[in-house]
Amino acid sequence: MKKNLKYNAIWLAIAVVGYVLIYALEMVGVIDQFGETTLVLIGINIILATSLNLVIGFAGQFSLGHAGFMALGAYSSALVTQAIPTVGGFLIGLLVGIIVSGIVALVVGIPTLRLNGDYLAIATMGAAEIIRIILNNLKITNGPAGLYNIPMLANWGTVYVLVVITTLIIVNFVHSRNGRAVMSVREDEIAAESIGINTTKYKIIAFVLGAAIASIGGALHANYIQTINPTDFGIMESINILIIVVLGGIGSITGTFVAAFVLGLLDMVLQNFGTLRMVLYSLALILIMVFKPSGLLGTWEFSVRRLFTHKKAKGDA
Amino acid sequence: MQTVLQQLVNGLSLGSIYALLALGYTMVYGIIKLINFAHGDIYMLGAFWGYYVIHQWHFSFWPALLSAMVFCALAGVIIEYLAYRPLRNSPRIAALITAIGVSFLLENGMSYLFSSNVRSFPQVMDVKSYNLFGIKVSNIQVLILVVSIVLMILLQLIIRRTKMGKAMRAVSVDPDAAQLIGINIDRTISFTFALGSALAGAAGVMIGLYYNSIDPLMGMTPGIKAFVAAVLGGIGLIPGAALGGFVIGILETATQALGFSAFKDAVVYVVLIIILLVRPAGILGKNIKEKV
Repeated sequence: MKKNLKYNAIWLAIAVVGYVLIYALEMVGVIDQFGETTLVLIGINIILATSLNLVIGFAGQFSLGHAGFMALGAYSSALVTQAIPTVGGFLIGLLVGIIVSGIVALVVGIPTLRLNGDYLAIATMGAAEIIRIILNNLKITNGPAGLYNIPMLANWGTVYVLVVITTLIIVNFVHSRNGRAVMSVREDEIAAESIGINTTKYKIIAFVLGAAIASIGGALHANYIQTINPTDFGIMESINILIIVVLGGIGSITGTFVAAFVLGLLDMVLQNFGTLRMVLYSLALILIMVFKPSGLLGTWEFSVRRLFTHKKAKGDA
Repeated sequence: MQTVLQQLVNGLSLGSIYALLALGYTMVYGIIKLINFAHGDIYMLGAFWGYYVIHQWHFSFWPALLSAMVFCALAGVIIEYLAYRPLRNSPRIAALITAIGVSFLLENGMSYLFSSNVRSFPQVMDVKSYNLFGIKVSNIQVLILVVSIVLMILLQLIIRRTKMGKAMRAVSVDPDAAQLIGINIDRTISFTFALGSALAGAAGVMIGLYYNSIDPLMGMTPGIKAFVAAVLGGIGLIPGAALGGFVIGILETATQALGFSAFKDAVVYVVLIIILLVRPAGILGKNIKEKV
């Protein structure tokens, strides 16, 4: 515990410094409204992509339905905050979203996670499409027109704090006993089963946790953008999240952060190119898969501890 | 009774389109175990090719259909060569992501080049409606059904009676053993992609004629539905894909006829999930035990 204290303190310091830095830049005026929106979208993408990375990268379950859970979070939080437009309402909305998408993930996950590989991808995609079609036809969600005038209860600070919290949850989960079990399922399901790991259980844990965190991303999206409609959460959105995960490295949280930043900034630069941007992204996706199938960073992670121990080792020599 | 028959006719013509697409999925999956996500977009390319040659070069229906098949076969072979072949020995997820990338590239590339607007497909044929015992059947519906069935029979003949077909069957059973007895795997896989894509091209031209509108994203949903059809019939099986296509087509028109048109896509996904859970090998498939 004490040994980790130093590294945890450093991580905390990094998080605080990041916050202060953005705050200062905003005060000075380096980050304008446009820059802030870009940062917020990057933050939301980080939340979505890290949660998808948990499912794809660490549990090895290929899910193509992440946008569905994002939609559940967005609609729950939008509906609750429209009724209670306060910060408390936002928190309740967040919680409702987490619970709803957790339950849906459980219901979807228990049967579909028995499938493997491509079948799972198709089944989760189907599940997400079913969610979208239902949202498209319900009265309470206002059908295809979607919800608008959602109170703006999320700002860059909220997003920043939630990015930190969700990343902490995922990283700690991955390094826990349960997380190790989840990774063993990824490496070899049959071997994992033979040493007594209940593979279905751990797959479902990862899937539900991923879905719950994706719903946080959706809630932030709804309360920052202020309008949502079912077409925001189609297959395209799932693929956009997937691109971030793949680009950064399947199984690398650091990679997801880097990829979300790079793509977010690229989005800002290429904004006027419209469709051409998507053409470039899809080309990048194919080229990365052909030349470096594990993504840009592979499974490499940035670690404060290694930074220190590395230095110490050098000093000893 | 009449409405039921009428819906059956509509379902059959839609179903034959799905069946043609599903054949491509099932052949590719059977041979390299890859869900070719881009297959639906090849069908879109076929529709655009048909639009182009009819509009610009004033082709009539048959030359348009045949040239679209050739064009799509070429496109399929090129995609396989550039995107899938380098990944043949990498993890299946990598290949799947590449397939998604190719699909994305075709959709956005076509949107970029030809704008994402919906175009109306030139009518190369006068639509005639026949009245058979109170059921309305248009000549286009008959055409779709007949062309699809002829193509399916041709495909079955190629696979059962030709040397290349024999090679395809051998590679799908065991690629390594096939290579040992002197089958050129690369050429066989290219040929499979060519066959599947040609069928998709034919489906694209016919759907253009039937629905009278095409756009760069038109391949997405039918592509997924055709995949569902392939899974439903038993993936890797040619008759299964045909059967699955017809079942999905009839199911979809039935949902529409019952007044749930908003949920017609959802029904297909529900069927997919149910079939994957209850009988993952499909209607005609055999269950194979997993081995370590």
